[in-house]
Amino acid sequence: MKEDATELYRQREKRVNDAIALRTPDRVPIEVLFGFFPAEYSGMTAEEVMYDPEKMMQAYMKTLLEFQPDMMQNPYGSRFLGPILEALDFKQLKWPGHGLPSNLPYQFVEGEYMKADEYDHFLLDPSDFMMRRYWPRIFGSLKGFEKLAPIHSIISYGTGTPFGFAPFALPEVIEALDIIKKAGRESIRIATYSRAFTEKAKDAGFPMQYGSVAKVPFDTLGDFFRGTKGIMLDMYRRPEKLIKACEKMLPFMFESAVNAAKVSGNPRVFIPIHKGVDGFMSPSQFKKFYWPTLRELLVALINEGLNPCPLWEGDCTSRLEVIKDIPVGKACYAFEATDMMKAKEILGDTVCIRGNVPISLIVTGTPESVRACKKLIDTVGKDGGYILDSSTGLDSAKPENVKTMIEFTKEYGIY
Amino acid sequence: MSQELVDAMAGMKEKEALGLAKDMLDGGQDPLKILDLCREAVEIVGKRFEEGKYFLPELMTAGEMLKQISDMAKPLIQTEQKVERSGKVLIDTVEGDIHDIGKDIVVFLLDVNGFEVHDLGVDVPVSTFVEKTREFQPQVVGLSGLLTLAFDSMKKTVEGLSQAGLRDKVKDMIGGGKVIDDEVRNYVGEDAYGRDAAAAINLCKQWIGG
Repeated sequence: MKEDATELYRQREKRVNDAIALRTPDRVPIEVLFGFFPAEYSGMTAEEVMYDPEKMMQAYMKTLLEFQPDMMQNPYGSRFLGPILEALDFKQLKWPGHGLPSNLPYQFVEGEYMKADEYDHFLLDPSDFMMRRYWPRIFGSLKGFEKLAPIHSIISYGTGTPFGFAPFALPEVIEALDIIKKAGRESIRIATYSRAFTEKAKDAGFPMQYGSVAKVPFDTLGDFFRGTKGIMLDMYRRPEKLIKACEKMLPFMFESAVNAAKVSGNPRVFIPIHKGVDGFMSPSQFKKFYWPTLRELLVALINEGLNPCPLWEGDCTSRLEVIKDIPVGKACYAFEATDMMKAKEILGDTVCIRGNVPISLIVTGTPESVRACKKLIDTVGKDGGYILDSSTGLDSAKPENVKTMIEFTKEYGIY
Repeated sequence: MSQELVDAMAGMKEKEALGLAKDMLDGGQDPLKILDLCREAVEIVGKRFEEGKYFLPELMTAGEMLKQISDMAKPLIQTEQKVERSGKVLIDTVEGDIHDIGKDIVVFLLDVNGFEVHDLGVDVPVSTFVEKTREFQPQVVGLSGLLTLAFDSMKKTVEGLSQAGLRDKVKDMIGGGKVIDDEVRNYVGEDAYGRDAAAAINLCKQWIGG
C-alpha cells in the first residue's frame, strides 16, 4: 500500500468509527450500497458481472475509484452468484441469465419451503431438517438428499453405521454429491475473488463497509423457510412454535456472523430488516415475535466487540422507542423511509444513524435536486453520529446524481 | 350465532369461526347467508387494517378463514349469487418485477371494499396491460413495483395507454414498498401514488365512489 493510501484508509476508518461511536468526525461520512449500479455504469449487464468475476472486479473497482465513497462493499458474496446458483439449480432466486433478462437485478421467489407441520422436525434437529428436506427444495440439484437417513441416526458401529450409509450409494445421491463438490469449488472461487477485492480496495485506500452479514431470526424463518404468508399465519396458528424456532435460529445467526467477522477482521455486521417494518405487523407483535431475538442478536454481537449495522427497510418510525434499547455507541441504524428527525430525536444518543436520500430522487431527479440532502446533514448530521447514504441500493441511479450526492457531502459535510 | 361468527372471524378466532360456520351449515342454514356474514367480517378486518389496527397477519388469517368457510359453503349453494360491484380496477406488477405481496394485499382489500378487481399477476408486459385495459374497461388501473427498474416500466405502461388512446379513460395509481413516492409519480406521469394499501383503497373510493 502506498503511504497516502494507507493514510486515507486510516482516515476513512476513523471517520466511520467516530460516527458509530457517536463522536463528531472530521466530516459526515458518505457510504452507499451500489447494488448493480457498477455494472450499468461500466456498460455491462447484471448477468455479465454475476457470471464473470473478472468483469465484476473491473466494474466495481472502476466505480469505487471514480466515485470515492468513504467505504466500499465487497460485491462477491452477494453478486457473483451465477455459477454456484446455476450448479445447485437454486430455486429461491430468479436472476439475469436464469429466468430474468440480462439487465435486471436478481429477485427473490417467495415460497413455503418449510411446511407448517414441519416445525417439529426443525425444532428437533434443524441441520437434519435442512439437509434432508429444505436443501432438496431450494437446491434442485440436491433433490437426492431426500433419500438420506436422519443425519443424527448414524452414531457408532452398531448404531446407524451398518445400514445408515446405504442411501449414499443411490444414483440420485451420488449425483447430488458430485454437485456438492462443484459447489465447493465455486465457493472457493468466490472467497478468493472476495479476498482479492478487499485487498485491492485497501491498496487504493478504501475499507469495506461490512465484514459479515447476519439475518434476523424471524426474517430467516419468514423469508427463506415459511414464506411471508406462512409466517404471518403462524403468528395466530402456532405462535409458541414460531417463537421457539426463532430462538433456535438465533445462535446460528450469531455464529455465522462472528465467524465471518473473524475471517474478515472487520467489525461491522450488515443486518437487513425485512418483516419487522411498520405496516407488516403491529407494535405489540413486533415486541413479541420480532424484537426479542433481534435484540439478543444485536447485544451478543456488541459483546463480541462487533458493530451491528441493521438496514431498517421500509418505514420503521413506530419502532424507534423499542429499538433504542441496546448498548450506546456500538451500532449503526440505516433507515430507508423512517422519519429521520424522529430517529435523531429518539435514537441520537444511542446509535449512529445512516440514510436516507430518496432513491426516487437519485434515479429520476437532477444533481440540483439531490443537493436537498443538505437538510439531512444540517439536522440528522448535527454533532456527528450520522452517515449519509441513499435510502436503498443504487440500481438504475443516474451517475451524475450519485456523484453529486457524494461530492456535496464531502464539501458541505465538514464539521 | 350469526353475530358470533362475525365476531369470531373479525377477532381472529379461526377455530371458533370454522366451528360456528360448520354448525350453522350442518343445521341447515342458508349457505349464502353464511357467506354474507363472512363478507361482513372481512369488511371489518379490512377497515381495521385501513385504520392501522390490523396488519398482515390479520389480513392473511382473515383470507384463510374466508377461503375455508367458502369451501364448505359453496357446494351447498343452489343458485348463483350476484354481488353488486361498485367499479372496476385492473392491477399488475409491472414488467421486470416479480414482487406480489403488496399487490395481493391491495387486490384483497379492493375486493373486500366491493370493487371488481382483475389481477394480471407479476412481470406483465406493457402490451398485455394495454390490451387488457381495452378489454376490461376499468375506471382505475394500478401498477405495482418494488424495484427502481419498475419506474421505467410504469412510465412505459402509461405511455402505452396514451398511445392506445386509453389514458384519459382511466385513473392511474402506482405503489410499491417505500421506493414509490411523489417523485416517481411525477416521473411516470401517473395521477396518484399510494404509500400503503389503505391509500390505494382510498384513491379508488375517491375516483369511483363506493
